[in-house]
Amino acid sequence: MLDPLASLGRAGLSVLASLGRAHLLLANILAGLPSLLIRPRLLLAQLYGIGVLSLLIIVVSGLFVGMVLSLQGHYVLSQFGAAESLGVMVAASLVRELGPVVTALLFAGRAGSALTAEIGLMKATEQLSGLEMMAVDPIKRVLTPRFFGGLISMPLLAAMFSAVGVLGGWFVGVGLLGVDDGAFWGQMQNKIDFEEDVINGVIKSLVFGLVVTWIALYEGYDATPTSAGVSRATTRTVVQSALAVLGVDFILTALMFGG
Amino acid sequence: MARIRLSEILVGAFMALGFVALFFLAMRVSNLSTATTGEGYTLKAHFDNIGSLRVRAPVSMAGVRLGRVEAIEFDQATYQAVVTLRIAERYDQIPSDTFANIFTAGLLGEQYIGLDPGGSPDMLTDGDRIEFTQSALVLEQMIGQFLLSKAEDGGE
Repeated sequence: MLDPLASLGRAGLSVLASLGRAHLLLANILAGLPSLLIRPRLLLAQLYGIGVLSLLIIVVSGLFVGMVLSLQGHYVLSQFGAAESLGVMVAASLVRELGPVVTALLFAGRAGSALTAEIGLMKATEQLSGLEMMAVDPIKRVLTPRFFGGLISMPLLAAMFSAVGVLGGWFVGVGLLGVDDGAFWGQMQNKIDFEEDVINGVIKSLVFGLVVTWIALYEGYDATPTSAGVSRATTRTVVQSALAVLGVDFILTALMFGG
Repeated sequence: MARIRLSEILVGAFMALGFVALFFLAMRVSNLSTATTGEGYTLKAHFDNIGSLRVRAPVSMAGVRLGRVEAIEFDQATYQAVVTLRIAERYDQIPSDTFANIFTAGLLGEQYIGLDPGGSPDMLTDGDRIEFTQSALVLEQMIGQFLLSKAEDGGE
């Protein structure tokens, strides 16, 4: 009779324990920063795997998102005779929201899942235990470079997404729909504030980079060391990163622009 | 060795591209290149009603932007709005009897401050107050006056 109650309690405790392990892992990862600074070459390899290889999908998506924004925005704005504000609309939505958020979602799918699968497989094939046997801390050697690789790549990728998106919006708005070139850029520069919009967007993308990389590394490190376990962990990374990014985005937006 | 060199070059290009994108957002998309904060001098103007004027709204003369609204405060003694304007350094020939109006850009656009130059030989300097001001036109008040005058016409 008390079985349902017990299973509810077990579920609650396991969630708490998992949260606790995630935070301990983050603390251990951050503690590995000094040894990473001694061997920056480890970071280089991760910047290549996480940043450079994500470049193509980010740039192409940014271009198309900017072009679609411009088409849709022009349709609505021209009904109010405000088609000149197209630049503001495209730039504000990209810099404030779509740049960081869509980049983070793509980043979770492209880089986050790869990180989880890689570390989960390292665990399943006992490479992590092997490192430990050789008195090498696997967290410092394997996880810390990946964490900072993600943390550095994400804002750069988001900035490229926004910049390419604005150019795509300019191409459609000015090139195809005939919005005035001067008004497009002029109104944009008038309305988009460097600190209020651009810097807040960069802060957002930094936070998303931390959240996505952290979830990916934790899921990989905590995965059940079997093929099924790694597969489940990879799925969880993508789902939880997406939910976390959208949730955190609401909180950050409310803090930055809500007041 | 060649592989490491190649990945070094690619990472370098990636980071450079990222910073170029940030620079593009800063200079071309946002107002960093035209920002006047911290430079130039400030003027004050008292308005009975500023409508929906906001901080950072443009201040212009003859349609050319000279500066921005830096701060909006409320004076409890006179029940007026005190608007601080920051004007760019190079526009230092604004006569002391200049008239400050609050205009609206377009029918539904944002409000800005338009300056009409006076004829005085004295120029405004840092911290001076613009004496002559015209409040914002509030649409509801205009409609109210219009209806009132219509009603008076109808009564005769």
